[in-house]
Amino acid sequence: MFVEEHDAKQLIAAGGIPIPTGKPATTAADAQTIASDIGLPVMVKAQVPTGKRGKGGGIVKCDTAGEAHGAAERLLGSSLGEFTIGRVLVEGCADIAHELYVAITIDPSSAGPLLMLSTEGGMDIEEVHESSPELVHMAAVDIRTGLTATQAIEIAARTTLPADVHAPLAGLMLTLYGLFRQYDAQLLEINPLAVTAGGELVALDAKLVIDDNAVFRQGELPEERPIGTTLELEAKDQDFLFVELDGDVAVLANGAGLTMSTMDAVTAHGGRPANFLEVGGMAYKRATPALALVLKNPRVKSLLVNLCGAYARTDVIAEGLIAGFDQLKPELEVAFCIHGTGEERAQQLVREHLGIEPHETMDDAVRAAIDMAARASA
Amino acid sequence: MISTKPNVLVQGITGGEGTYWTEQMLANGTAVVAGCTPGKGGQSVAGVPVYGTVADALDEHPIDLSVIFVPARFAKGAAVEAIEAGVPTVIVLAEFVPVHDTMEIVALARAAEARLIGPNCPGVVFPGRDFVGIMPGWSDRLFAPGRIGVVSRSGSLGALINLNLVAAGYGQSAFLGLGGDPIVGTTFRDALGWFEADPSTDAVVLLGEVGGPMEEEAAEYLPSMTKPVVAFIAGQNAPEGKKMGHAGAMVSGGKGTAASKMEALAAAGAHVATVPSDIVALLHKVQPH
Repeated sequence: MFVEEHDAKQLIAAGGIPIPTGKPATTAADAQTIASDIGLPVMVKAQVPTGKRGKGGGIVKCDTAGEAHGAAERLLGSSLGEFTIGRVLVEGCADIAHELYVAITIDPSSAGPLLMLSTEGGMDIEEVHESSPELVHMAAVDIRTGLTATQAIEIAARTTLPADVHAPLAGLMLTLYGLFRQYDAQLLEINPLAVTAGGELVALDAKLVIDDNAVFRQGELPEERPIGTTLELEAKDQDFLFVELDGDVAVLANGAGLTMSTMDAVTAHGGRPANFLEVGGMAYKRATPALALVLKNPRVKSLLVNLCGAYARTDVIAEGLIAGFDQLKPELEVAFCIHGTGEERAQQLVREHLGIEPHETMDDAVRAAIDMAARASA
Repeated sequence: MISTKPNVLVQGITGGEGTYWTEQMLANGTAVVAGCTPGKGGQSVAGVPVYGTVADALDEHPIDLSVIFVPARFAKGAAVEAIEAGVPTVIVLAEFVPVHDTMEIVALARAAEARLIGPNCPGVVFPGRDFVGIMPGWSDRLFAPGRIGVVSRSGSLGALINLNLVAAGYGQSAFLGLGGDPIVGTTFRDALGWFEADPSTDAVVLLGEVGGPMEEEAAEYLPSMTKPVVAFIAGQNAPEGKKMGHAGAMVSGGKGTAASKMEALAAAGAHVATVPSDIVALLHKVQPH
């Protein structure tokens, strides 16, 4: 779950990290009023769940309230990447002496939290790490002890910052680590973190990604902006793992690994998959709604069903698909390949109820589905 | 890693899945010696005695491995209980375990020198010996005793490749399902090391997928291996920033692409297939039977 800047800032501010004075606005008039109220100059910042807002023109510095009105008017309702801007954050400008980057993320290599600190704030940290790795300081954190004060001071002291900033910066990083743990964060990033001329630390931006698997224990969280195509959101509402692609061969398979591999085979044989949708795991009993979903995609010209049951029973999936065919009566051609748990019964069901002979190998089924799509498009 | 047949504890044995799979494991050679469900000590499931705590089970039975069937939100508690009680190998099957919980389990397992497999994994199969988890270890279409080590993040892709291997006349020394999460207790690097040292394995099939650095890290180890490795990476056309079913299967910031993994593995000497059906053909070249 991606928490947008304004919401993330409220959470870290409640945890004790200073942020600029600011308020969100959904109309240009509001933006103008907020700008006058908090004092000029101000930043007007598009609130969308994506990085690269600066490069996309989503962050505008305004010297007058009228400029804030104009910037908000331009941004609101326009798009940034795949998102429509519905809200801007209007906030005061800091008197910046240094801009830092600080973040805590999950490092799969050490299987633990990773603290990252750089004096190159405001930049894309990946690019900084690529070009000047010596400017990105990292510390693997032992999750059993948590980030320690010694570790925080030590990493702050590795920077070229004035010595009197080290202790407050270490304190901020300790607070940030606590928030990272509290919010089950996959990423909690402040970029830039300003050191003001007066030596204060202020979070000028904040990015928080909360583990979807932990949302259940998080209590009240800001409302999440849905990310994805209309069909992807519909699938998400039904708890399906669905990704829409631009091809014409609909893919239904069980399990993430097999579904991805089936898409790979479609591509390797010269076809183009229309989606990723798996009916494995706990979804194997819900093949009927899964079928309805993939068929809703208007680009779909044929359907490839590739099952290799282990945990998932292919006969149960086949029953669900047959029920779906009875309901939806789709006109497109379908190629099957069915192996693994329950395969004899599943193959028989498909033969008897749909009059379709399953292919023996996955490659044969893939090629058949590609040919079917080509015929349907011709 | 379970080189000899383990005595198995099933945590969550009284639940529907725990009971079903305990019956399957018992019917197929697995030494399930005890079960555990808080508050249900004294019961029995499929003839297996149930204890209220792991410690109680350990008082009565030698236990080498615990397989955890409890739902995701209770998985950490169950795994911590097993590791703290001294169980040397723990398999967590549940999908959707919070990643902070996984980090804690992994850290504890390291400190206790215990082996964690999973979470979000299908378990392990030793054809002809036993299986632990939720793979159909009894299926002679998928599994046959043999000398190919198979290691996969995904159970379903593992099933397909095992089917292909058996159809081609190969058998497996072991199938290890590592799990589809961004952090898992046992990595490809660990599995390759184990297969390299395992006298009943001649060659390894590695089934990776997009997301994370696990395949690239395994590639760093490949040059020191004597046994051939055939690899396949699923998700070659996975779009950036989309989770491909598994929480760990996501290309992010241009990192973790199938291309990067295939290149790293090929450069390190693995034989890399572009479609699953090529795996058997490549295996024929490096390990004819």
